[in-house]
Amino acid sequence: MSRELINLIIQATGESLFMVSVAALVAASFGVPIGVFLATSRRGELFAAPAANSILGVIVNATRSTPFIILVVAIIPFTRLIAGTSIGSGAAIVPLTIAAAPFIARLVEAAIREVDGGLIETASSFGASPLQIVFKVLIPEALPGLVLALTLAVVSLLGYSAMVGAVGGGGLGDLGIRYGYQRFMPEMMLAVVVVLIALVQTVQTAGDYLARRVNRRVRHR
Amino acid sequence: MNVHQSLTAARSVESLPVAPAPVANDAMVRFEAVSKVYPAYRDKPSVQALQDIDFAIPRGSITGVIGRSGAGKSSLVRLINGLEKPSSGRVVVDGRDVSALAGRELRLAQRSIGMIFQHFNLLSSRTAADNIALPLEIAGWSKADIAARVAELLELVGIADKYDRYPSELSGGQKQRIGIARALATRPNVLLSDEATSALDPQTTRSILDLLANINRELGVTIVLITHEMSVVRQLAKEVVVIDSGHIVERGHVAEIFTHPKHPVTQAFLSEVIGDSVPVSLASRLVPQPIVGGKAVIRLQILGTDAGDTIVARLARELSSDVAVLSARIDEIGGQHVGSLTLGVPGGEAAAIQAISYLTRQKFSAERLGYVA
Repeated sequence: MSRELINLIIQATGESLFMVSVAALVAASFGVPIGVFLATSRRGELFAAPAANSILGVIVNATRSTPFIILVVAIIPFTRLIAGTSIGSGAAIVPLTIAAAPFIARLVEAAIREVDGGLIETASSFGASPLQIVFKVLIPEALPGLVLALTLAVVSLLGYSAMVGAVGGGGLGDLGIRYGYQRFMPEMMLAVVVVLIALVQTVQTAGDYLARRVNRRVRHR
Repeated sequence: MNVHQSLTAARSVESLPVAPAPVANDAMVRFEAVSKVYPAYRDKPSVQALQDIDFAIPRGSITGVIGRSGAGKSSLVRLINGLEKPSSGRVVVDGRDVSALAGRELRLAQRSIGMIFQHFNLLSSRTAADNIALPLEIAGWSKADIAARVAELLELVGIADKYDRYPSELSGGQKQRIGIARALATRPNVLLSDEATSALDPQTTRSILDLLANINRELGVTIVLITHEMSVVRQLAKEVVVIDSGHIVERGHVAEIFTHPKHPVTQAFLSEVIGDSVPVSLASRLVPQPIVGGKAVIRLQILGTDAGDTIVARLARELSSDVAVLSARIDEIGGQHVGSLTLGVPGGEAAAIQAISYLTRQKFSAERLGYVA
């Protein structure tokens, strides 16, 4: 493989990592609070707001049921509004974030719901406010689950990021389609797949390790 | 006016300006006409958990609330620390109407009411010391104050060496000790125990109950024990409230209630201790008709009678025959003996009648179970 092609791969990997990491951060900063709210706002819960819970649930489901490639195209005007352009890796972050945030929200909701309800009651019994319960009980107790949820979200984002090539988003997926498929360069396709596999493996292994480190529910020594 | 009355009068006049508190304020917790209904929701019908609850828990006492599962014990204890609101009536804790408090005011009041749980409810992500620190962090204590208080509490509950262990590395008894330390962290004057020993083995239960008794004695903390286990009430409580399907069916001093049980639920709990079942091997040999050369089997209840220990000898003397003890169980509740004896009296129906009439004259409750060879 020529020097030039290798440079292309390196550049595309950089673009993918940039898109995925920024999108993951922004999506998490929306998705985690939304997920916590979804997990605590049903009837009789900490921030009981059943109506808001249902509405938010519908919005989250709607976003999640839109195929990603359609979402990318459908929100082009919004992307232009936010990023100033609809082309390039920077612009691609907008649809990636919008797709990942509800996904993260649902994963966070599930992780928070795993926390034993008795702990909420216990914290309430010694006068903890709802916010104190979230920050001192729910999040720390759900941490292993939250770490795994974010890992899963990053892996999914890597997959999504391959599709934003369709709108000139760049990245590994774009490279694979344009060089590997359209120019019929199987070695390029193979290289892209290998790099993606390596990235996913790395992310998953790191996530698993971190989740194990923060998990005190099991003995390990 | 006699001497005693004048003394009382003088004392009350003297103390009036200092403590104008009426007698009722001696109660740490007072339930006033409390009812609790869980409204119907979706397919679940409404549930009347508690009805017309009216009683007081004396300051500094250890009060047991005993009842079967679903009797309303958990609702009752959760009304005390405001985790539940009464549907009607008031719950007054240390002179404050907890049922009327909400938000920040309620949270402040909750700091003076500790609670321990059946399943300990420790945070798995925090060490023993950090679990105990949690209520103090929530109350906004400084780091230095928290560290000092936690060290003190670890010492108090006897697990100072386990401060850096996570709950997953500790035994049930150690976890409950952390739970107790955590409940006491903010120096509450009431400690609520919701089946705190139900998940522990008998020996660990014993040590946890001893610890609670110590805490009550040394710190003067009023303890309210919710339990379905007679042994817990027997070992620890001085006062007892028996509840059944949302009603208080009996209450008073433990010794008094369990030596004169009136309600069937109380009697059922008592029989856990005195064991009113006949040993299987004996039951299988019992027949309704006298057997020539056999014995009449008589069961005798011992409820708070000091004379219990000599009754067998006295009965033998009365009948001029050897009385056999076929089974026996005597225990102590609140300093009173309670239990039952199954006796074998040689002879037929006449001997049985003579024995029962003697025992009845001696103020024992006795019954004929049948005859054995």
